[in-house]
Amino acid sequence: AENEPSWETPCSKLLVYVSTPGCDGFPSLDSKESYKLSVSKGSMLLSAETIWGALRGLETFSQLVGRDENGTYYINETQIVDFPRFPHRGLLLDTSRHYLPLRAILETLDVMAYNKFNVFHWHIVDDPSFPYESSTFPELSKQGAFNAMTHVYTASDVSTVIEYARLRGIRVIAEFDTPGHTLSWGPGAPGLLTPCYIGKTRSGVYGPINPIVNSTYQFVTSLFQEVSTVFPDYFLHLGGDEVDFTCWKSNPEIRAFMVDVGFGEDYKKLESFYIQRLLDIVSSLGKGYIVWQEVFDNNVKLRPDTIIHVWKESNLQYIKEMANVTRAGYRALLSAPWYLNRISYGQDWIEAYKVEPLSFEGVPEQKALVMGGEACMWGEYVDVTNLTPRLW
Amino acid sequence: RYYEYMFGHSWRRMRGRRPLAARVEPELFQLQVVIEAGDPGCDRHPHLGSSEAYHLIVTEPVAILKASEVWGALRGLETFSQLVHEDDYGSFLVNESEINDFPRFAHRGILLDTSRHYLPLKSILTNLDAMAFNKFNVLHWHIVDDQSFPYQSIYFPELSDKGAYSSNLIYTPTDVRLVIEYARLRGIRVIPEFDTPGHTQSWGKGQKDLLTPCYSGGQPTGSFGPVNPVWNTTYDFMAKFFKEISSVFPDEFIHLGGDEVDFSCWKSNPEVKEFMKKQGFGTDYAKLESYYVQNILDIVSSYNKGQMVWQEVFDHKAQLKPDTVVQVWMANNYAHELSSVTGAGFTAVLSAPWYLDYISYGQDWKKYYSVEPLNFPGSEKQKKLLIGGEACLWGEFVDGTNLTPRLWPRASAVGERLWSSSNVTNLQDAYRRLTNHRCRML
Repeated sequence: AENEPSWETPCSKLLVYVSTPGCDGFPSLDSKESYKLSVSKGSMLLSAETIWGALRGLETFSQLVGRDENGTYYINETQIVDFPRFPHRGLLLDTSRHYLPLRAILETLDVMAYNKFNVFHWHIVDDPSFPYESSTFPELSKQGAFNAMTHVYTASDVSTVIEYARLRGIRVIAEFDTPGHTLSWGPGAPGLLTPCYIGKTRSGVYGPINPIVNSTYQFVTSLFQEVSTVFPDYFLHLGGDEVDFTCWKSNPEIRAFMVDVGFGEDYKKLESFYIQRLLDIVSSLGKGYIVWQEVFDNNVKLRPDTIIHVWKESNLQYIKEMANVTRAGYRALLSAPWYLNRISYGQDWIEAYKVEPLSFEGVPEQKALVMGGEACMWGEYVDVTNLTPRLW
Repeated sequence: RYYEYMFGHSWRRMRGRRPLAARVEPELFQLQVVIEAGDPGCDRHPHLGSSEAYHLIVTEPVAILKASEVWGALRGLETFSQLVHEDDYGSFLVNESEINDFPRFAHRGILLDTSRHYLPLKSILTNLDAMAFNKFNVLHWHIVDDQSFPYQSIYFPELSDKGAYSSNLIYTPTDVRLVIEYARLRGIRVIPEFDTPGHTQSWGKGQKDLLTPCYSGGQPTGSFGPVNPVWNTTYDFMAKFFKEISSVFPDEFIHLGGDEVDFSCWKSNPEVKEFMKKQGFGTDYAKLESYYVQNILDIVSSYNKGQMVWQEVFDHKAQLKPDTVVQVWMANNYAHELSSVTGAGFTAVLSAPWYLDYISYGQDWKKYYSVEPLNFPGSEKQKKLLIGGEACLWGEFVDGTNLTPRLWPRASAVGERLWSSSNVTNLQDAYRRLTNHRCRML
C-alpha cells in the first residue's frame, strides 16, 4: 500500500458472541458474568456465556478505547479473560428519608453499570415517608408519602426502574423493612402499628408493627403478595433492623401476650415471633430473603438459604460478625465498612478500597458463603441535589 | 430577576389576574424602591464602606423599600422576596410588615479556589447568585496557586499558557470582566488573591527566573521553591504584574496571600544565604519573608490598592500598612490571634472556624452557626476592628461537579452569623428557616 498508516488497519466492528443469550430474562444471583475480550489486528471479539457477561465485557471494551490528540480513536491489542470475584455487587439507595426522582435513580443505574455493579438494593420505604404506590393498599402512599402527587413511585415508575436496570444486567432487590422503620406505614394502615402507652393511656405515638394481632399478618401477606409480583427478582429484602422495644413494652396487650406465650421479658423472642411468621409468608410466595444482621443476632429461625446483611460497624465488629454468620452456615453480604453516606474530608475512597471482605477467621467453606457486598447511601442528608457527587 | 425568583416558578402565573369583583383581600400592587443618597452608586462598584441598610414597609396597596444606596436596596429586595409565599391555591401572599435592617459585619465573604481545580464560569456565576440569596458581599477569588495558573494575564500570557491545566481551562479577560460585573449587579465585591511568595509553583512554568532554585549538595536540584526574594527581576515582574491586576480588578483591595511559606528551599540556595548575611537577618528566614512581603505591599500601595494578607504575614512581624486587613485562618486558638491582630491596631477578617471544605457527616452547619466572632479578649475598640469573615471552600476535592451542593446551604449558616444580630442564635429556629431557605434557593 502506498500510504502505510502509522496505525494498523482501522477496526470497525466489535463482534459479540453470546452462547446462551437469555436476553429476555432477568439477571440473578447465579448469573454468569464472565467474558473474554480479544482485540487484535483486524478483529475484535467479545464472547460470553450469557448476555450479562457480554454487558460487562462491553463496559470493559468502552474503557479500552482511547482518543489521541488528532481525535482518532484507538485501542490496544488486548486479550482479556474476566469474571467477577463476588456475584452480589450492590448499591443501596434510600428513597424514604428523601424522595429521589426517577431520573436520579436511572442516572444511578447508568453509573452502576459503568462500575459493574449488578444489584440495586431499593430501600424504598421507611419511617419518614412511604413513596411506593401500592395497588392493594393505595392509602399507604396517599397518607404516607411526603406528597402523594409528586413524591411517589407509581407502578409505571417501578417497572421503568426494573427494566432500565435489567438492560444493564442489574437486579432490583426491594426492601420493605419491618417491623421497625415503619412509622410512615401507620397513617395509611390504621391498626398496623403498635400504639404506645404512658401508664394506662395511649400516648398518641406509635411504634413498630404490632406483632400480636392477626390483622397484621393478613396485611403483611397481601402486601408481600403484591410486592412479590411487582419485583421479579427471587430475593426480597425484609429488613428487620433496629427494632426499638420500648413501645412494645409499654403496651399492656403486648405485655399480656408476652406472659401468655411465656416469652417473659425477652422481647427479642417477640421480634423473632413476628419475623419467623413474616419469613414463612414470604417463603410461601416463592421468594428468597435477605435480612439485616439483627435477625441473625437475635436467633430467629431462618431458612438455610437466607442471606444475612452485615451492617454494624463500630469497633470493626463486622469482621467477627462475618465469621459468625458464615460459621452458622448462612450466606453473607457485607456493607458495614461501606456506608458511603458517612462522609469525611479527604480521600476516603482509600479506606473503602482497602477493605478485604474475606479477612475474617474461617475455613474456605465459610468464605465461600460471602456473596459480596453493598455500598450504602442512606438518605438522611441526601437528595437529588447532592446524590451523584456524594456517591461517585 | 427578583420578579422571576418570586413568581417565575409558579404555574399560576400563566392564569392571569383574578377579576376585580372577585377580590376580597387587600392587594399589594407595587413595591416601590427608593434610593435616598444623592449618588445611589448604581454605576459603581460596592466597597467596604458601602451602605447596605434598608427600610422595608409592606402595606397595601404599595410597599416601600427605602435604602441609602443601591446596595441596601439589593439586600432589601432579597428580604422582600423571602417574605412572599404561595398558598395552596397558588395565590401569592405577603404579611404586612415593617423591617429596619442592616448588616452586623461589613465584610461577609466566600472564598473560592480555582487553582486546585478549575471552576467553569457557570459554577462561579451560580455561586454568586447563591451568595446574593444569603446577603454575602465579597467573593474572595483565590484564583491561582501551586497546582495551576488559570488567570490569563495580558502582560504575561505565558503564565497561563504554561501554567493552566490546559488551554481551555483559563479565565480570559472577558471571563474576568463577566464575573466582576455579575458580582457587582448583586452588590458583591470581587477581591482577587495572587498568593505569594509561597503557593506559586504554577507561576514558574510561564515565568522563568521567578521562583527560587533549590539546591542540594551545592547543585541545583531542578525543583523550585517560593518566589525568589533576592533578585531585582522579581520585583520588576511583580510591579508590572500587579499594575495589571490593579487595573483589571476594580475593588480597592487585593489579597496578597503570604501564607505557608516553606523556608527549606530558600535555606538551600547559596544566593539567598548570601543575601541573608548581607541583610543581617541571621538565620531568621521569617525576616526574609517579611522583607519580600513589605516590598510587595509597597508596590501594591503605589497603585492605590489596599491589601489583604493571611495571618502569617502579621505573625512574622512584617511591617504592614495601617489599613492592611489580616485574614485569620489557623484554627488553633484563633481567638487569641484575633486579639493580637486587633490589639496591634489592624483590621481582621475571620475564616478559621469556617473552612467549609472540611466536610463531615451530619448537621455541621450548626457548628458554623454557633461561632461568635467577637468572642475574643479585647476592648470595644479592638472588637470594632473585626470587620467580618469568610467561609472558605478550598478546591483540593472540589470542582464544577460538586461545588454547589458542598458549599450550600452550609455557607448560609455563616451568612446569617455575619449579617444578623449577635442574639440571633437559636438553632431550632435557624433550622426551620434554613430548611425553607434551602428549598427557596433550589
